[in-house]
Amino acid sequence: MQNGWKSYKPKFLEHSNQASGTDKSLINFKRLWKQSIIITLAVVLLPLFTLAVLDYTISKKALESELLLRSSRLVSNLRRNLTSYLEERVFALNFLILDNSYEQLADENRLKQLLEHLKGGLGVWYDLGLVDHTGKQVNYTGPYNIRGVDYSGQDWYKKLLPKEQETHTDSNAAQSDVSDVFLGFRMTPHLVISVLHNDPQGGHYILRAGLDIEQLNAILSHTELGNNGDAFLINHEGIIQTPSRYYGAIMQQCPLPVPPFSQRTEVIEGQNHMGQEIVTSYAYITGTPFILIVVKQKDTMAGAWESTGNNLLVFLAGSVLVIVAVVAGISTYLVDSIYQADQKRLALLHQAEYANKMASIGRLSAGVAHEINNPLAVINEKAGLIKDLFTFRKEYAEDQRLLGLIGSIINSVDRCATITRQLLSFARNVQVNVQNINLRHIVNDALEAQIKAASSRNIVIDVDIAEAIPEFPSDRGKLQQVLINLVNNAVAAMKEGGRLGVKSWLADDGAQVVITVRDTGCGIPAENIEKIFEPFFTTKSGSGGTGLGLSITYGLVTEIGGSIGIESTVGVGTTFTITLPLKYQADKGGTHAGTVG
Amino acid sequence: MRVLLVDDEEELVATLAERLDMRGIDATWATDYRTALTLVEEKEFDIALLDVRLPEMNGLELKRQIGARQPKMQFLFLTGHGSEEDFEACSAESGKECYLIKPVQIEVLMAKLNEICSGQGEPG
Repeated sequence: MQNGWKSYKPKFLEHSNQASGTDKSLINFKRLWKQSIIITLAVVLLPLFTLAVLDYTISKKALESELLLRSSRLVSNLRRNLTSYLEERVFALNFLILDNSYEQLADENRLKQLLEHLKGGLGVWYDLGLVDHTGKQVNYTGPYNIRGVDYSGQDWYKKLLPKEQETHTDSNAAQSDVSDVFLGFRMTPHLVISVLHNDPQGGHYILRAGLDIEQLNAILSHTELGNNGDAFLINHEGIIQTPSRYYGAIMQQCPLPVPPFSQRTEVIEGQNHMGQEIVTSYAYITGTPFILIVVKQKDTMAGAWESTGNNLLVFLAGSVLVIVAVVAGISTYLVDSIYQADQKRLALLHQAEYANKMASIGRLSAGVAHEINNPLAVINEKAGLIKDLFTFRKEYAEDQRLLGLIGSIINSVDRCATITRQLLSFARNVQVNVQNINLRHIVNDALEAQIKAASSRNIVIDVDIAEAIPEFPSDRGKLQQVLINLVNNAVAAMKEGGRLGVKSWLADDGAQVVITVRDTGCGIPAENIEKIFEPFFTTKSGSGGTGLGLSITYGLVTEIGGSIGIESTVGVGTTFTITLPLKYQADKGGTHAGTVG
Repeated sequence: MRVLLVDDEEELVATLAERLDMRGIDATWATDYRTALTLVEEKEFDIALLDVRLPEMNGLELKRQIGARQPKMQFLFLTGHGSEEDFEACSAESGKECYLIKPVQIEVLMAKLNEICSGQGEPG
């Protein structure tokens, strides 16, 4: 896994900006990479998150209001059902009281018959009773023995009585009352509907019927409320009128506060007595003491929202993952491309700097050689004259010691002259003699001079010149000199035998010839590689090397439009690589032109 | 053989003249172009050995001036410099073989002088 990452890890992440000079990159790639990722992510993710939060909020609100609306609609429908249920029963009693005279209603059999009709037509009626103007129940049919009971002191009776000041334009209009649910004499929860009849001849009487609340319960319990939903009736005092799932039994005080009166269906949010978040929808049922209450727990309502929210979260997380991956990938690719380009630029800069340095050294060499040559010439002539004097005048001619000293001076001058000539050769851009050359012949010629030395040192020579290399224009003499220098170096590096390989092939672009001269000699330490082409740099101190061979080689290769490079490992060997253009181009840089006066 | 030596380095040119004298060559020297031209007016020479870089007038121009006065005279250039311009100029003027870089061994110089004088060298 770690190796896998290493092989994919872009190089710029390991790049250190410690280097100085031209090796120092102008760009901090790690920082660039991080900035690129962070900025792109910020630009992409911020709007995404903002939209997600907005969408979340709006969707949540929409869903909540939708749920509240649904709850409110449910309560409205329930109210309508309950109202029409109760109104039907009030109308039925109204019909009876109008359709029958007091006398008929006071007849026990008639009343019994009417109860039977009611039961047959409109469900569960308990009983039916007639209360006269004194509040006394004068007739009764039903399961209980409550004939003769006096209701005159009861609230419902008082409420129903015609007010003194009220004048009834419609004598037939009946007044009605729907009672709270109560236990009463029957000791079972029921409600009573009473209808008052004002007799046109004066006086009034009330038809009163007990109604089982089972049908009310059925209407409420058949309502689809979902989990934890509760629908029940309370009266204006907050006493529970129909069974509730969570808020107490019938006739108990409801723990929820009695909601304020409203003509319309209302929805309020709050907490119940158990601390749960609830949404309470309620409606006052007109003409009755009932308030319809529908309670839903918020967390249940939120269930639908949760799945929507979760989907949104999953979508968001997925999007973020994809965006992060794509942004990281693209940033890495782009920064890596810039890094590669920058590395190429640095390499070219380094190369140019090196060529420039070599050119400076060339100019310096020419100047030094010139300045030294003149005094050298004077020394040479003076010493020569002394020698001449000794030679031409017989009195000194016998003094071998003096002659030896003079000879030594002249030899030293000669040695200096050799060095300055080589320096000039390195520095001077002499005319090139371009002709079509056969590389194989030139390599063979260069090797020929060393074959003897090589075999005596147990050096094996391999030559591999690709057949595909055509004859190409170059300076035969210079190229030969280059190869001779490199072969000499290689042989010198392999004092105890080894393998000398000269190989050549066409470069991939087909426009260049690559020649390598490889030895298995002592190799060159890394710290010396940089200086290897500089004049006077030598590792062969004491063995007569002037340190000019490779600098001259460098100058020659440059003159014929080529380039030379070196790779070396101590103890393994050295490879010089020369690249020459197939189409001849002279050195344009003038890197070694001796233009110093 | 009469040789005219011109070099701004008196130490060099005087010593060289003396050495050539010892070898039976009639060597006369000058350190500037005026003296050189005066000498050419006064006396005939076979060969002129000229420094390429002379103050006021370079060796190549001096060669033309001397050549105008003594058309039969031959030339050999001597320089301490190895610049491309010098090389190209000398090659053009006197041929590659007539160009020597200081310091020069007396034997090499003698051989060259003899070569030119005997007509084997390229005409200047």
